[in-house]
Amino acid sequence: MFNSIQELVALAQAGGVPIWQVMISQEAEETGRGEEAILLEMGENYRVMKEAVGRGIQGVTTHSGMGGGDARRLHDYLQAGNILTDETLLKAAGYAIATNEVNAAMGRICATPTAGSAGVLPGVLLAMQEKMALPDETIVRHIFTAGAMGLVIANRAGISGAEGGCQAEIGSASAMAAAAVTELAGGTPHQAAHAMALALKNMLGLACDPLAGLVEVPCIKRNAAGAANAILTAELALAGIESKVPWDEVIQAMRQIGRGMPATFKETAQGGLATTPTGEAWKRLLWS
Amino acid sequence: MPYRSVFEIIGPVMIGPSSSHTAGAVRLGQLARRIFGMAPQEITVRFFGSFAQTYRGHATDVAVVGGLMDFETDDPRIRDSLQHARELGIAVTFIPEAEPPQHPNTLTMELASGDSTLRVTGVSLGGGAVRLTELEGFPLNLTGESPAILVLHLDVPGVVAAVTARLARNEINISRMDLSRRERGKVALMVIETDQPIPREVEQDLMETQHVLRVTLLQG
Repeated sequence: MFNSIQELVALAQAGGVPIWQVMISQEAEETGRGEEAILLEMGENYRVMKEAVGRGIQGVTTHSGMGGGDARRLHDYLQAGNILTDETLLKAAGYAIATNEVNAAMGRICATPTAGSAGVLPGVLLAMQEKMALPDETIVRHIFTAGAMGLVIANRAGISGAEGGCQAEIGSASAMAAAAVTELAGGTPHQAAHAMALALKNMLGLACDPLAGLVEVPCIKRNAAGAANAILTAELALAGIESKVPWDEVIQAMRQIGRGMPATFKETAQGGLATTPTGEAWKRLLWS
Repeated sequence: MPYRSVFEIIGPVMIGPSSSHTAGAVRLGQLARRIFGMAPQEITVRFFGSFAQTYRGHATDVAVVGGLMDFETDDPRIRDSLQHARELGIAVTFIPEAEPPQHPNTLTMELASGDSTLRVTGVSLGGGAVRLTELEGFPLNLTGESPAILVLHLDVPGVVAAVTARLARNEINISRMDLSRRERGKVALMVIETDQPIPREVEQDLMETQHVLRVTLLQG
């Protein structure tokens, strides 16, 4: 099994195949399952992702009453047509928010790589699918590109907010999505790895400081930020821009920052936004 | 390398809001339930670290009880697991602990039903992956991802040989193995993870093996 992004890209280059193919072959070897069964399971996961987006766009209210309804708001804003940037970008952000509003309402989602960051990858992929009019099969294959990047990040740095802060969740999700979109748009494995590194670098240091210990504020809107960052860095990589710090060194930096971060900022709701006067007020309202 | 499969990164399909604090807690509960082998009548859950601070907001309490009732991570009944437990007359207690744990997402489950009790500790690694770290005071390293057999036995020579020989007879390959004891010459715990599922007749034979006290089968 590949232990680094360097090894992953080398395997893809040696075989003259995209990263997603390396991941599918590796999964078949590791689990003894056929490639068809593996693709089928991922297809099922993608169906769950799309269902969550569909539900979120309708407008979801979370249990706490703190969040919800923003996917609907962004959707209506986009429909009105007077937008500053680009339809695909806003769709990705809106779908990301939709997924995480459903998550906060204890709805059914697919963790990618975590539940708190589950909006980023589906948001980006679904928006791209609509833009490029691609069949589900193509998108499902590229989820393996994201998965391969995520596996290396998870094994070398970690993907839990409690161990590594929000950078480990939204940062990892954004890096995974950036690589997937880069390959989807015809980029090489080398470019996909740069997109991963560029995306992750932009998210380094991000604290996990959720209000009242809920996965709502700031988590939901950070999924939108992760989606936008993924699209931006994929564009950079496709333009031939490279990360000056090598891929695996960026992941190592995330690990170091995560380890060094005090527990106050790692999913304990004891610092940052969680302990602002507003954060404290929500905590009192919900838990006392 | 704790993560081996792409579906640990893209997955699990689950009820929100947190893969580590909700889905991971469901899995820890499920593992404990399967080791216990029956529905517990009393449940005490001790939360440590991040779990102790955010278990209510992340629905960790609801999730671990859902797992102890053997619900899957994407079972909508998880949302109402506390009510399900109440209806079944199960006594549930949650205790946030101040003691700093080795891993920030740690919980201990104490289960009881009649004369049977079980105390098991686990950690949630992120993205829904988990590991049991302690069982009845024995250190442990069990993910529940592959089939496994837990053998409690007297700490005397020959037991490991007898157990592994019985597995070999059924062409069951061992992928990981752990042996731990609290004191020399007393009782030891052997944990064996395998590539193939372990048939019931092997479990039966192992239970009748000399010096073996208890055998628990987990089918991945």
